Amino acid sequence: MTTETKLPFDKGFVSSIAKQNSEPAWFEELRLKALEQLNILPMPRPDKTKIDKWNFTQFDQHTVKSESFSSIEGLPENLKALIDVNAANANLYIQRNQTPAFLSLSEDLKAKGVIFTDLLTAVKEHGDLVKKYYMTQAINADEHRLTALHAALVNGGVFLYVPKNVEITEPIQSVFLHDDANANLFNHVLVVAEDNSSVVYVENYISTVEESAGLVNILTEAIANTNARIQYGAVDHLAKGMTTYVNRRGAAGRDARIEWALGLMNEGDTISDNTTNLLGDGSYGDTKTVTVGRGDQTQNFTTKVVHFGRNTQGNILNHGVVKDSATIIFNGIGKIEHGASKSDSEQTSRVLMLSEKARGDANPGLLIDEDDVMAGHAASVGRVDPVQLYYLMSRGVPKVEAERLVIHGFLAPVVNELPIEKVKEQLVEVIERKVR
Amino acid sequence: MAGSTLTIKDLHVAIDGKEILKGVNLEIKGGEIHAIMGPNGTGKSTLSSAIMGHPKYEVTSGSITLDGQNVLEMEVDERARAGLFLAMQYPSEISGVTNADFLRSAINARRGEGNEVSLMKFIRQMDKQMEFLEMDLDMAQRYLNEGFSGGEKKRNEILQLMMLEPKIAILDEIDSGLDIDALKVVSKGVNQMRGEDFGCLIITHYQRLLNYITPDHVHVMMQGRIVTSGGPELAQRLEAEGYEGLKKELGIEDETVEQEA
Ligand SMILES: Nc1ncnc2c1ncn2[C@@H]1O[C@H](COP(=O)(O)OP(=O)(O)OP(=O)(O)O)[C@@H](O)[C@H]1O
Ligand SMILES: [Mg+2]
Repeated sequence: MTTETKLPFDKGFVSSIAKQNSEPAWFEELRLKALEQLNILPMPRPDKTKIDKWNFTQFDQHTVKSESFSSIEGLPENLKALIDVNAANANLYIQRNQTPAFLSLSEDLKAKGVIFTDLLTAVKEHGDLVKKYYMTQAINADEHRLTALHAALVNGGVFLYVPKNVEITEPIQSVFLHDDANANLFNHVLVVAEDNSSVVYVENYISTVEESAGLVNILTEAIANTNARIQYGAVDHLAKGMTTYVNRRGAAGRDARIEWALGLMNEGDTISDNTTNLLGDGSYGDTKTVTVGRGDQTQNFTTKVVHFGRNTQGNILNHGVVKDSATIIFNGIGKIEHGASKSDSEQTSRVLMLSEKARGDANPGLLIDEDDVMAGHAASVGRVDPVQLYYLMSRGVPKVEAERLVIHGFLAPVVNELPIEKVKEQLVEVIERKVR
Repeated sequence: MAGSTLTIKDLHVAIDGKEILKGVNLEIKGGEIHAIMGPNGTGKSTLSSAIMGHPKYEVTSGSITLDGQNVLEMEVDERARAGLFLAMQYPSEISGVTNADFLRSAINARRGEGNEVSLMKFIRQMDKQMEFLEMDLDMAQRYLNEGFSGGEKKRNEILQLMMLEPKIAILDEIDSGLDIDALKVVSKGVNQMRGEDFGCLIITHYQRLLNYITPDHVHVMMQGRIVTSGGPELAQRLEAEGYEGLKKELGIEDETVEQEA
């Protein structure tokens, strides 16, 4: 049963976006091809959540205009709180709705050939590189209707390119600020780490509007070539009312490592897909996710590691807290393809329920097509242990504070992984506000 | 001000509807060390849990007061802030919460808002007590009791005791699972606390602990009651003779199944 999606925008409009940005022909073609396929492609089907009534396609405005920021000092306070204002060599991109609003990259990294710029600029200035990696290795435009919709309408994002043998120690940060309730985000992040390189990238999605009916369709591609390492941290905190589809996917080459630390704190209904494809022998994928559900939002998180190469290792750790009448669903999937011998796929998903009406589900899945492998999974849905509370309270800690400690402790294994101290602090603060 | 007094009168406690304590009377004053001994399953931990307010234990009658205040009306945390402390037989493990963060929360909860301990002062104090208890300083940053060995957990209970300085402490089998050196260290901790302002109830199976911490009073619990009390010599006698002689002397019959039917 496929329903027709009547897009508010036609071919002429999509072409006009490409013209307005002076995009190269190949990029415009990619948009138009995706637009054509859109209606014949099915919607994605996240396990255990029906999304046919969710709106992912109807919206008014493709692009909103926003002012950019001239200096770090001039940033609004809530953005300053996310970044290390004093760092002399901040590597930072700020996007305000769709407008690239601030960019800085250290001279040292520039000299080493590192590219860090907004996606639509990158398409023009680094066309060959973007063409090679954009929706070719990790995510394809024709996977389903939402990937196609994204490819047709992409209106923001960032390109980070780390050349061969360049090891970047200081983190690189993007902040995607949503401060216009009319903005709809079709944001694409492309991170490419060439052979033997390494990079730490952290992004924040933050809404400063209280509520918005905006659509969010985010695709991220993290490509780690031979022996490269990408540490990818993210904190998503988009406003109530926004319906989000977010797909973060990694492709790891031989001996490459991709490590995700995701704080998924959106206030609206969210479908998140985070898949790591371990393509090369000896590659390694590690995914840590925390989330808090509140109000009446529904969130569905698919976390998947697919083993293609031999001797690959995949770890999944999901921790979610759910309260009010919210719903959290974790679908953990470890898939070992035929030929991926000596691989190891491990996963743990846990949900902590704080109220009677909250719903939590943790579904472990192992799909194994090879004999000589190791695999393990653990899943649980439970409540705060009264004996733990008793123990903490027996030292004088009031009940509310004891619960707070247990909840933060439950989320700590992921929070502690975030590589930027400021972002970690922000996540702790968001958690604090949400669980109160 | 002299020490506090914990008074327990005719205490009856049930778990899941089953009566475990059947009328316990006990008074512990600041400056005193009491020991309770008794066979397995006779209600010693039940007594300590009821004093602290464990949610599973239901006080069906009797009273517990601290300096005249009704303890039974207090929440668990209020009992702690009123000056009670229980070193548990099986301390909980709390993942993701460091020992140091937890202890600081506990201390600040006692001191109240606006009067929080400074971080530096806290760290200094914690380091000092950990050194005194010959604990690895890394334990401060480990998650609370998670993966601690049996002996490490017990030492950690004593660390909390020393940091929180309660008026009345109950130590439930603080000696179980301790090697001889650890036993000495833990005893050293308790003896350090000894003084006019500190009263203590030690639950133990072994005279060995009482060689290091000499009690003022020794009580024997059987079948949910304190059946006899005496001085340190009572513990020595039990160590030598076991409970059989005492049972005979007091005319206590073993509980049998038909009693429950
Ligand atoms: N949570 C519980 N549910 C059911 N029965 C319990 C529970 N806790 C204790 N009991 C029962 O209550 C009785 C007294 O237990 P308690 O733990 O107080 O004994 P104890 O004197 O401390 O023994 P030990 O020396 O072995 O520690 C036992 O029969 C025990 O099985
Ligand atoms: Mg006991």
